[in-house]
Amino acid sequence: MQAISNRFNYLFRSTKGLVLVAIALISLVTAIWGTLSGPMVEWGVKDVTVRLLGMQLVEAEREGRIIMLYHTIAMAVVAIEVYFITGAVKMKKHEQATINATITAGYLTSMVFGLWFAYFGHNFVFHGLFLFGQSLVFFAGILLAAALWPWRKEYRVRDSAYAHGPGGIDLERVAFFTMTVATLGSAVFGAVTGSYWGNGHETFLAEDLIREPYKTPLQLAIIGHLHIMLTLIAVALALIIGRWFDFKGILHKIAMPLMILGTIIVTAGAWAVVPFRPIAHIIIYVGSVMVMLAALMLVIFGWNKLIRERLAEQGIKKATVWQGVKALLHDPLKFGSLWQMVYMNFTVSGVGIFMAIKLDEIFRVWPAREERIALTGHWHILSGIIATIILLYYADLAGLKGKARRWFGWLVILCSDLAFGAVTVFSMKRLFVSESAQQPLVNWTMVLTDVGLASVLAVLAALMLWRLIDLFKKEGRWAQELAEAGLATPVAAEEESISDQEVA
Amino acid sequence: MKRIFVLLTLTALLATGCVPSGEVPTTPPPLLDTGIDPNAWAEVPAGEFLMGLHDRETLVDYDYEMMVTSVTNAQYAEYLNQAVAAGTVKIMDDQVVGYYPGDEFHGYEHEKKIEAGDWLHVPLDDPGLRLDFDSTTFAPKPGYENHPMVMVTWFGAKAYCEFYGWRLPTEVEWEKAARGTDGRPFPWGDEIERNNANFYSSFDLFEKIVGKQGDTTPVGFYNGKVYDGYQTLDSPSPYGLYDMAGNVWQWTSNVYEGVHYRYMRGGSKADYAYNLRAWTRNNAGPDYFSPNVGFRCARDK
Repeated sequence: MQAISNRFNYLFRSTKGLVLVAIALISLVTAIWGTLSGPMVEWGVKDVTVRLLGMQLVEAEREGRIIMLYHTIAMAVVAIEVYFITGAVKMKKHEQATINATITAGYLTSMVFGLWFAYFGHNFVFHGLFLFGQSLVFFAGILLAAALWPWRKEYRVRDSAYAHGPGGIDLERVAFFTMTVATLGSAVFGAVTGSYWGNGHETFLAEDLIREPYKTPLQLAIIGHLHIMLTLIAVALALIIGRWFDFKGILHKIAMPLMILGTIIVTAGAWAVVPFRPIAHIIIYVGSVMVMLAALMLVIFGWNKLIRERLAEQGIKKATVWQGVKALLHDPLKFGSLWQMVYMNFTVSGVGIFMAIKLDEIFRVWPAREERIALTGHWHILSGIIATIILLYYADLAGLKGKARRWFGWLVILCSDLAFGAVTVFSMKRLFVSESAQQPLVNWTMVLTDVGLASVLAVLAALMLWRLIDLFKKEGRWAQELAEAGLATPVAAEEESISDQEVA
Repeated sequence: MKRIFVLLTLTALLATGCVPSGEVPTTPPPLLDTGIDPNAWAEVPAGEFLMGLHDRETLVDYDYEMMVTSVTNAQYAEYLNQAVAAGTVKIMDDQVVGYYPGDEFHGYEHEKKIEAGDWLHVPLDDPGLRLDFDSTTFAPKPGYENHPMVMVTWFGAKAYCEFYGWRLPTEVEWEKAARGTDGRPFPWGDEIERNNANFYSSFDLFEKIVGKQGDTTPVGFYNGKVYDGYQTLDSPSPYGLYDMAGNVWQWTSNVYEGVHYRYMRGGSKADYAYNLRAWTRNNAGPDYFSPNVGFRCARDK
């Protein structure tokens, strides 16, 4: 019994265990639901999944199903970020425990019942539970905002190397707090519209509204909601990675005010889409530039630190350029988490800016379905990049070392970037090739995308399998992590040992 | 690390080797007689139907007729020969062009002016075109006679219909003709099978020739017949129209205030199955042409 209790404590109370559970569940959902689209449909896997699991897929409900699927995955991703934040940012133990417990209950309820409602027949009790789960996630957000309140004396900065305001207010904490409050407000933005469902608001996918000359305020609110939520998830992750690198110094002092202001402005811009649509984009651009500059500071700081520390380890005082590059690439997990932010500029931000500038000249000359592909590719890649950064960070937390660390890191970086690059070329194909002659390019980009994504999923599966096997070990890594989290007592460990002996 | 690169490259090459190159075929496809007459018309009676994703009750208060199939290459070639002779279209710089009186311009964001003048109907120098032109006469490419006419702009589609005294269907007319009155998503019913229609990776005969995005299938191909061992399902709409889902997108007539785009319905050989749902819309400028876009005409009863 103690063995189960210890493992339960690890999986549902420690930061590393909670992140592991959430990643495992997202992997499971991705593995199953990924068979319902793309090449899996072509290969007939979708039919098998639908038959085996007894899914009930009504054609007219596809949009609604997809929206619920996105939300269930997004809730789990938000939960992972919250675990990282409660684990990395100073707060009271009971606050951390309450927030983690609330959001775990929330995302699990929302995931289980959301998917049940959407894919296995419509029991509206389940729909209610899906909403209840999301409400719990929202409530956990309120608790997080309260715990992060930056104006408490005990959280004042004592080391002047970190960005601080008057009286030593921790500006990084302010950035976390601002992001949390902005996320709560932006969630309300979507939730209010959702509450009009069937009463003035009908299910739609934002990409199906492009080129509509008139959009209702409720539709605009949803468009603003989905854009800002993804942006804020990215902002949160940049802050989390900054903690991981122990971001400080002059760049930190420049970056944090930029991050705070940028978050406020970009959020205000997304909300302004409803009442002030003509100027909303300008506000969003200003905020985005500030946030991206802050992330750039983090990349410069982080890469510089990686080089410095590796060269110091090797005892090299005056390094050549090649030695510097080797030092930078030595640890793919740390290098990759920042590289993915840079790569995002080529496949997401760069493409987005190019689309905005050349919209009427190029993209609106294409048929709407091509523009739609470019848009959906754009934000699928952003979501994918966010996921890979989380994975790289988690792999470090999970204790990947040596060759396994290098193989995992480089495979995630290279294969995901191969896939994201191929998707970018695919979605922009009309720039390079006419419709009549596009088939070879389509074939190549599809194959590279499939190979890249399949490889990332394979290494993710390997990581999950490793951690699953570890859970069956008496003194596995999990036990060590449980002890690190201060959740295992010697008595408990002893009891487990006795209990295991009895079983033996 | 080198092993990873080698492994990835080999996998990519192997996987790519599994699909046809996708180049425009040089050998003609087999001419298949579907038994469906492209000159036939189907009657659609007046009455309410459920329109759009959210099944809005919509009234069409008149009877009308629509072509049973998309306009074929043979039909369009014949029309071009007549229209050039009649002077309603002309050949300029490898293009068939014709006069259009222009749209009312409202100055909306992203709206483009469509002014009065000569506009492109069909480009003659694009390999996607299934017509031959020997500088005097148009003829369908061998094997493509009964395939839908593609690479035709909205102007070209409209001009064809009007030349014979007909018109392009409105979006409402098109959708009602496709799904009838019971709210079904596909012309034949609630679900789609691979041999219901020509869509992306539907494994029809022609995908073997040019790859997953495929080639057009002859109009009325999905009528329950077996072609060279390939069994099709009989897939007409409730009013007897064929190819109302897949094969080629079909131009509709509406010109909406504030947008210069024209709307297409039905999905095509290059789209995933969900794009073939009857309410799915696509749009492009009226001068857009594609190997995946064709049309059919409507007329009042």
